[in-house]
Amino acid sequence: MGQEEIRGLLPVLELYLSNPLVIMMLEILLIFIKVVVVTLVVFSLPLPLTYMERKVAGHIQVRLGPMRVGPHGILQPLADMIKLFFKEDIIPSKADPWLFRIAPVISMVPVFAVFATIPFGDKITIPFINYEVSMYISDMNVGILYVLAIAGLSVYGIILGGWASNSKYALLGGLRSSAQMISYELALSFACIGVVMIVNSLSLVDIVKAQSGWHWNIFYQPVGFVIFFIAGLAEINRIPFDLPEDEGTLGAGYHSEYSSMRFAFFMLTEYVAMVSMSILAVLLFFGGWNGPSFLPGIIWFVIKVVLCIYFFMWTRFTFPRYRYDQLMSIGWKVLLPLSLLNILITGLIII
Amino acid sequence: MLLTYLPVLIISGFVIFIATFVFIINSIVSPKKPSSEKLSPWECGMEPIGEASSGHFKIHFFIIAILFIVFDVETLFLFPWAVVLRDIGMVAFVEMFIFIAILAVGLIYAWKKGALEWV
Repeated sequence: MGQEEIRGLLPVLELYLSNPLVIMMLEILLIFIKVVVVTLVVFSLPLPLTYMERKVAGHIQVRLGPMRVGPHGILQPLADMIKLFFKEDIIPSKADPWLFRIAPVISMVPVFAVFATIPFGDKITIPFINYEVSMYISDMNVGILYVLAIAGLSVYGIILGGWASNSKYALLGGLRSSAQMISYELALSFACIGVVMIVNSLSLVDIVKAQSGWHWNIFYQPVGFVIFFIAGLAEINRIPFDLPEDEGTLGAGYHSEYSSMRFAFFMLTEYVAMVSMSILAVLLFFGGWNGPSFLPGIIWFVIKVVLCIYFFMWTRFTFPRYRYDQLMSIGWKVLLPLSLLNILITGLIII
Repeated sequence: MLLTYLPVLIISGFVIFIATFVFIINSIVSPKKPSSEKLSPWECGMEPIGEASSGHFKIHFFIIAILFIVFDVETLFLFPWAVVLRDIGMVAFVEMFIFIAILAVGLIYAWKKGALEWV
């Protein structure tokens, strides 16, 4: 088509785009496209992340990490995935077969559903039709509350998987995991409330916009950030708080009996939870996509998230594991009173 | 309103679809050679004694769950309060202070009774 023909088409297109029904259909179509893109990207994220984690682990412990498959072991995660695909899917004879089968999916769906409201960047305009596309799937006015609530649901899959395995290690792992996650969820949400008090909005987009121009919340809520970070580490079951899968005492914890793709899905859940926790930390405390203007917002966002993930990995290979009673007393006796105090002091200051 | 919450449903459906698809492919390509040893619960090589899922677990987990519910409801009250705190001002702050103080008394009580000790 020539230039003139396209110009001739534009008024017709604009007429179509002003029809409310067409707009509605277009928006639903756009949501579908965004959902598919985001889900597929998040689904494949564990591949680079496991590689990164093993390389970080290797270099921190003064060894090389994976080196055999592909140059510098870059194909290692792909090989692992193919291996898991061809493994036998064992369902123990004493297990509850249906709960055992669906538990990985139950824990996987909520961590993906969190991404429905996460903003990755500001609005961009598609040329020619002047159609504004937002870099988030939907901007909920209860954003942060939704994220906390839905992310908390993933504990159901873990405890159901642990119970349905009918194995003592798995049951204990599931129980520990649920007790730990609900204990630290309190401190986590109290830390988020400090941010909400400053921003006066629950929407994640508004929270990021309020931090533009280096007014990052970490400068106003340093205590809140520390609480958020520690509680986040416990919430996603990582060292120093990875008691649910403490090899020394529990075997592999709640996924002791799992194998093949179901095991892979539990691992996937864990990595995606780590990504969403990093994203949440960046959105709430590090200004989201805000940054110096020589790079687009989305690039800043990705850089911050990767740095945050690196920090999580760094802590994993630096600190020893806590005992379970220590974990519980940190959560209830230190973090919870501290976060309540943080809320009250923040309230006194902003009034 | 519909367009705000529709994506949650679509994402959940799409993830379940992918998971089912992966499970089906996995069940086609993976070997199936079950044996009674392979299908028994893993307990470091010992014969498993009793049923794990009959529910013998430490009562502390239950106490933690009850405490959690109390404070989780508090969180739910705090979120809307945090949004409107600047508009309402001192009155809202004092009211929430009393609310948190009452709950803090509950926490101190549980603490003194030893509900948080893990022995």
